[in-house]
Formats: sequence, C-alpha cells, structure tokens
Amino acid sequence: MKETLKKYFRMNRLPHIWCPGCGNGIVVGALVRAIDKLGLNPDKTSIISGIGCSSRSSGYLNFDTVHTAHGRALTFATGLKLARPDLNVIVLTGDGDATAIGGNHFIHAARRNIDLTTIVFNNNIYGMTGGQYSPLTPTHSKATTSPYGHIENPFDITELARASGASYVARGTTYHTWELINLIADAISHKGFSVVEAITACPISFGRQNKLGNAPAMMKWQKENTISVKAASKLPAEQLAGKVVIGELYRRQAPEYTAEYQKVIDRVTGGNGQ
Amino acid sequence: MSQTMLVQGNHACALGALAAGVRFFAGYPITPSTEIAEILAKELPKVGGKFIQMEDEIASMGAICGASLGGFKAITATSGPGFSLMQELIGYASLAEIPLVIVNVQRGGPSTGQPTSPSQSDVMQARWGSHGDRGVIALVPSSVQESYQLMIDAVNLAERFRTPVIFLMDEVVGHMREKLVIPKTTPTIINRRKPEPGELPYAPGPDGVPALPPFGEGYHFHVTGLIHDETGFPTGSPEVTEKTIKRLHQKLENNMDEILRYDELHSADAEYLIISYGCSARSAEEAVRMAREKGIKAGLLRLISIWPFPSDLIEEKCARFKKVFVAEMNYGQVTGEVTKVLGRSKVQPVLRVDTQMITPRQILEAITREGN
Repeated sequence: MKETLKKYFRMNRLPHIWCPGCGNGIVVGALVRAIDKLGLNPDKTSIISGIGCSSRSSGYLNFDTVHTAHGRALTFATGLKLARPDLNVIVLTGDGDATAIGGNHFIHAARRNIDLTTIVFNNNIYGMTGGQYSPLTPTHSKATTSPYGHIENPFDITELARASGASYVARGTTYHTWELINLIADAISHKGFSVVEAITACPISFGRQNKLGNAPAMMKWQKENTISVKAASKLPAEQLAGKVVIGELYRRQAPEYTAEYQKVIDRVTGGNGQ
Repeated sequence: MSQTMLVQGNHACALGALAAGVRFFAGYPITPSTEIAEILAKELPKVGGKFIQMEDEIASMGAICGASLGGFKAITATSGPGFSLMQELIGYASLAEIPLVIVNVQRGGPSTGQPTSPSQSDVMQARWGSHGDRGVIALVPSSVQESYQLMIDAVNLAERFRTPVIFLMDEVVGHMREKLVIPKTTPTIINRRKPEPGELPYAPGPDGVPALPPFGEGYHFHVTGLIHDETGFPTGSPEVTEKTIKRLHQKLENNMDEILRYDELHSADAEYLIISYGCSARSAEEAVRMAREKGIKAGLLRLISIWPFPSDLIEEKCARFKKVFVAEMNYGQVTGEVTKVLGRSKVQPVLRVDTQMITPRQILEAITREGN
C-alpha cells in the first residue's frame, strides 16, 4: 500500500477477511483514493455500512465508522447526516444489503435526495452467508438457494436509484479502477443522494457455482462485457445487448434534503432562509 | 414564571423531551402515539432541532441511532406494532450503547389489535422484545404532569447509562387531557460523558458505563452490533462476550438507586396492598379511596420505573402482607414478575384484557372478596 494512503486505514485491523480474488479491496482502495483526491477532512467524514462482505469495510477504515444491522446503513446515515450536515457521510453496502432487506430505505433515501454517497458493492450474490441469491443475481444463474437456476429478474441498481430520485448515478467495475476512483470522487462532491454501483467479482461464492473461472477470468469478463457511456451513445440499441454500460449515467441538480430542512429552521426561527 | 396548560399526555411527553434537550426525532405515524410526532414536527425546528418522518419504524430507529452518534439527544415514538419492528435496532442500541428514548404509547394487541383502545400489554415486549440478553430501563407515567417530568428523567437516564430507555405510556395517559404545570426552574440535564485522552471507547468507567465520543470530533470511533471488546472492534472471545453481556445488565442493576422510581399511597397502615402502574394505577388510587371510605385499609404501591424490575422494593414493601393485589390491563405481565418475588400463594391478579379501562370498582371488589 502507498505510504500516504495508510492514514485512511486502521492498519491494526488488517489484513482483511475477504476471500482470495475478492474485488472488495479494490473498491475500498478506490474509495480512499477518491477521499485523498478530494482532500476530505477525515475527522469530518463518517463511513456507515450494513451487513455482509462489503460492509466489513467500515472496520478497516480510519474514520468515525458504524457497522450497522443488515440493510439499515442508510437509515443510520440519514439520521447522522440530518443531525450533522457538516459531516461527509459515505455508505458502503452490498447488493443484497442495499436492495433486498434495505430496498425500502434505498428508494426513500433517493427520494429525499439527502446528501449521502452510497457505494453498492455488486457481487451478484450473498457472499458472507455462503452464496444464496440476491436481487442482483442474474436470471438463470446458480446460487445455493437457486440450485436449478435462478428464475427471478434482477434489479438494475442504477435505474432503481434514478427512478427513485437519486441525483447522481454511476456504475464502475473493479477492472476499471481509475475510472471507479473518479466516479466515487464525483459522487462524494455531488450535493444530493449519489449512488455508485461498483461491480466486484466474487469468485468463491458466485463464480464457482456458475463456472465463471478464477478471479482474473472474472476481471476479464468485466473488461470484455462493459462499454463506456460515451462509446455506448454511438451504438444502436441492438449492438448494446448484453453489454453493461459504465461511467456517469445520470446527474441533475436538485434541492437537497438537509439544506431544505435548514431553510425550514431559518423560516420558523425568523432567519432569512438563505 | 411557571406555565400552566391543559394538554394530552402525548403533548406533555413531547414538551418534556424538548425540555430535556432532545433535538432530533425520527418516527412513523401510528395511533395512539401520533401527536408526539406532530407536536415535535412543529416545535423542533423552532429550537434548531430536526424532525424526520421515516419510511417505517425500523428506519426511524436507525435514524435516531445515527443522530445520537452525531451527538444529538434523539427520540422516537410508536405503538405496539411499530415497537415490534423496532426491536432489532433496540438491541443494536443496547449493545452499541447508544443513548436514546423510545416512547411506546401502548394499544390493545396482539397484531394491529385495538388501535384506539387502552392496554398495558407491552410490558414484556419492553423487557424481552429484542433478541439476546440485554439490560433495559423502562419508565411508566400515570398522568399528564408525570409524562412531562418523567420524560426528562428518561432522556437523562439514557445519557447517563448509554442505553435505550423505553418510555412506556398507554392510550389513556397519552390521550387524556389534564393540567400540566411547566415549572419555571430549568430541569437538571445530564449529558453523556466524553472519553478522557487515551480512554478506550468501550472501556467502562467504575460505574460500568463507557464514555461516548460524538462523531465529527476526530475520535475515529467504531460502532458495531457485533460483540466487541473495549476498543469497539468485534471479537469472538467467549470471555469478552460474557463480560459484555453481564455488564449491560449490571450497569443498570448496580445503579438501581439512580433508576428506581415509585410512589406510595396509604401503604404505611394498609392491610391490603395493590401494586399497579400507568393508567391502571389511577383506578387503583380511586379504589384505595373507596375502600378507605368503607373502613377497609387499602394502600397502593405504584411502580414508575418498571425495568429493571424492582424486586428488592417489592420484597421489602410486601413482606408484611398476606396477600398483594396486582392491577394491570394485560394477561398478567407484571403479576408474573411479582409472583417471582413473592410466590404464587401471595399474589392476587386483577386483570382486564377487553380494551376497556380497568375500573376502581373491579379492584375494590377483588379486595372485598379477599377480605370476606
């Protein structure tokens, strides 16, 4: 690890507990590089996670951190951010955590457009409990709870976030590390609810059941099956079938929840509301 | 100058929270607690506080946990079904030692039960609703005035012991209008202790209570719902697990002198003692007066702090009675606790579960039957 990045980690909590080949470390690496790039004050930055593989990240990071209950990271983050708008609040969550048990909180945090940055580690599976299907498990894939092939349709997190009211939405992968750093930095800088879907390989629980090869093979899949927003915009729809679009997918300026609440306070206390 | 008003218990509870320094409320509307949310939605911004109506009760609990970690005094208010949903994070707040207050204005149950009718059937849910062994404080007001004063105590106890405090109201106390006198003197306010330099975040002080640094001040503090050691980080150690679970109970049990609250009426010369709490205690009070008019020496022991259960107090106060009456509006939840202390032969339950207010006459009749 680069010496200058060590201050963002609780070095005595490392090494991490993730499996060999897991992409989660790359996402966390991208996060700290984004924080470093932006020069965020670590004392004014809080990391809130849910439960699952990705959510163990909070313990490794040297900030004020909360490892909450399954699916509830966004509820803690909403309370913290509303109480303390002076803090940068970053939520780390997995695909199951964010969109199954936490699905309701996800859409409502997006609807409020509260200034949180949510990074969804999408590994298409419940890793920590050993490979059960999640709302992001692709149809026909195998999971320990879909041994004959999955018959449900997955969510598209980015579409879900956008439709629910998020004002910044992006998707990256652990293969495209430098781009992922920039997307996370943009998401943190954005005022409002921002979501970055980070596609991360789970060779042990997802890859093995679906015969996707080892970790490098899964990274290669990320390289070969993704297309940038810019390149995608030049292609007709039929040529985009099966491709995953990465990059900044959506951005708008919209009233942010804690700022709007401050206006209410200013109004009722006789301030000018500006 | 003191201020006098005619308000509901729910209103008094909200005003008590404000007086105690509560500056954050997250909740989800549910009868018969809704007025607490409505009043705080109006009042909190006036004092720079924050109100948010969350998408459900689970989210409400998460939000007050987050706000409390941010250094705010935070509460929520709900009723039985919402209280059930909150239980997961009430356990989280117990283990992570996050101070907050959960108001439960009880309704008839089980399930959605009887939304607008009185009941006291969440006494055991307040104690054991969340998974795992944990200590808990629960306070029960009997009047509008007490809803105000006791709410200040609830917030103070949460901060003092770094624990969730359950404020166990009932529909009668919540919706009844009575005179509330807000004293002109500023109430005593307890604030959570910050750690000394070098003090570990979950290292208990001599009273068993650790210090809690707020987020945003450079402590880089880790909070988890996993069993953790004094550093705040998870451990699988059986020794640490046992020590932590025991401490969560003992930090309350060993400080009962600060938590225990009760009231007595004519108990000194009584031949018959009624134990009651909340709205039922008001009927019991009237039953005592009616009995005395008939020349029957009845007395009342009114429980105000109900968890940790005041077993020593009950043992001491009831030693000289042949029979003790427990009046409550459930199937015998406190009766069972009193029975644990006094034994079955000594305890006479006076119960009501049809969602109608327990009457003074019902209690008086039970005493009279026993006397004959």
